[in-house]
Amino acid sequence: MAKRRVMFTFPPKLIKEPIIYNLGHKFKVVTNIRRADVSENKGWVVLELEGEEKEIDKGIEWVAGKGVRVDPVVGDIMEG
Amino acid sequence: MSYAKALQCRKCGRESHLEPVNLCDFCFSPLEVVYDYKAMSRAVSKEKIVSGPPNMWRYRSLLPVDGEVVDIGTGFTPLVKADNLGRELGLNELYIKNDCLNPTFSFKDRVVSVAITRARDFGFPVVACASTGNLAASVAAHAAKAHLKAYVFIPADIEQSKIISTAIYNPTLVAVQGSYDDVNRLCSKLVAKYNWGFININLRPYYAEGSKTLAYEIAEQLGWRAPDCVIAPAASGLLFTRIWKGLEEFSMLRLIGPVNTHMFVAQAAGSSPIVNAFEAGALHVHPVKPNTIAKSIAIGNPADGFYALKAARESGGAACAVSDDEILEGMKLLAQTEGIFAETAGGVVIGVLKKLAVSGTIKKNDLTVAVITASGLKTPEVVADIVRPFVIQPSLESFEEVLGERAKA
Repeated sequence: MAKRRVMFTFPPKLIKEPIIYNLGHKFKVVTNIRRADVSENKGWVVLELEGEEKEIDKGIEWVAGKGVRVDPVVGDIMEG
Repeated sequence: MSYAKALQCRKCGRESHLEPVNLCDFCFSPLEVVYDYKAMSRAVSKEKIVSGPPNMWRYRSLLPVDGEVVDIGTGFTPLVKADNLGRELGLNELYIKNDCLNPTFSFKDRVVSVAITRARDFGFPVVACASTGNLAASVAAHAAKAHLKAYVFIPADIEQSKIISTAIYNPTLVAVQGSYDDVNRLCSKLVAKYNWGFININLRPYYAEGSKTLAYEIAEQLGWRAPDCVIAPAASGLLFTRIWKGLEEFSMLRLIGPVNTHMFVAQAAGSSPIVNAFEAGALHVHPVKPNTIAKSIAIGNPADGFYALKAARESGGAACAVSDDEILEGMKLLAQTEGIFAETAGGVVIGVLKKLAVSGTIKKNDLTVAVITASGLKTPEVVADIVRPFVIQPSLESFEEVLGERAKA
């Protein structure tokens, strides 16, 4: 089992959708929220995903496909 | 000896051991090195610092390292009184901290020197980073000096000219066929799987501390005082926050008086998540997709953005962005007034400095330091249009025909 720490940033049109709930149901991924700030305009959630590596990848791909920005919690690793 | 006592979460305050980890286990916020300042204050004095080596390691008592350090001669770079540029901008007390003059031509040598020293102490056989420029060269150079293996990850579509200054140190260069985001994602998986010292991931708390030496030097070179204003570029925001921390520490250790420095974040308009948050009055820095010529500071999701924003606000400073054209103008202005060829990040700093001077935010007699973080020789192509030679035949007649009037003037 692998663990991945990620940050989801939601655009306003997705604020009302239960994306994290669906992520846990559509894929074999356990979601564990650690920090979040969600308002009516925008929101971000820092969470840990646990599951098989491939299942986490597929889940993240699905979330990103919905229009959510997905970043590593550590921020951008690539530096100039 | 080191006075570092623990890693502390910057958000929830929980402490953990001095290990190669960068995130709090509870809230996933960044960890920071904290020190026993009481013991440190007994060991540190101006006299001891002044009698130390003429490089960043004169401040080693304030850094989280023990034993022999991995040093390639970094730091104590010039703080130049910039009278010509000051006249142009209407500033009487302007200084340039010229960090182009580090061994691999950027400030990254400060942070990498600390990170690789710790990597060796932790027993990592391999150090790694993802970078297309300054960080890559510095990691490869320090790894060569420390006899460590280095892996440098780059996007496959990067021009070869950009990585020659890294390849010369013979790291394992890995060209990843994917976007910047793909490389980011790959690296976060690698750090979980391999027992490597990833410079800006699991070694990040130590890496960060090296930046403080920039602030220490500025204060010492100004005659043991903090400036009124500092303008520094922000990519991940780490350097910016550590300049602030460095000044505060010097004050706490009574090496300088109280710090009333206003800290100004400088970003390129094409990659300005911190400036956006500052202007919106927001607490959270929302990620952006970078699109600017200032590649060395084009970070869309800055790990320390929140803290850089906080430092700018708490110090009574600000955050300001400039366009790509203003960046190029800034590079030319600095070169043509002070003889310093900075990379695009330097152009960002000078462009922002100009805006702040024109708006009166920085006053004529404010003691101001602009931080120039890397050499223009890293990215000369961005100002290639400056090359417009007069073409003549190898004769005096030809010279005078083309340039006679100019030569007499």
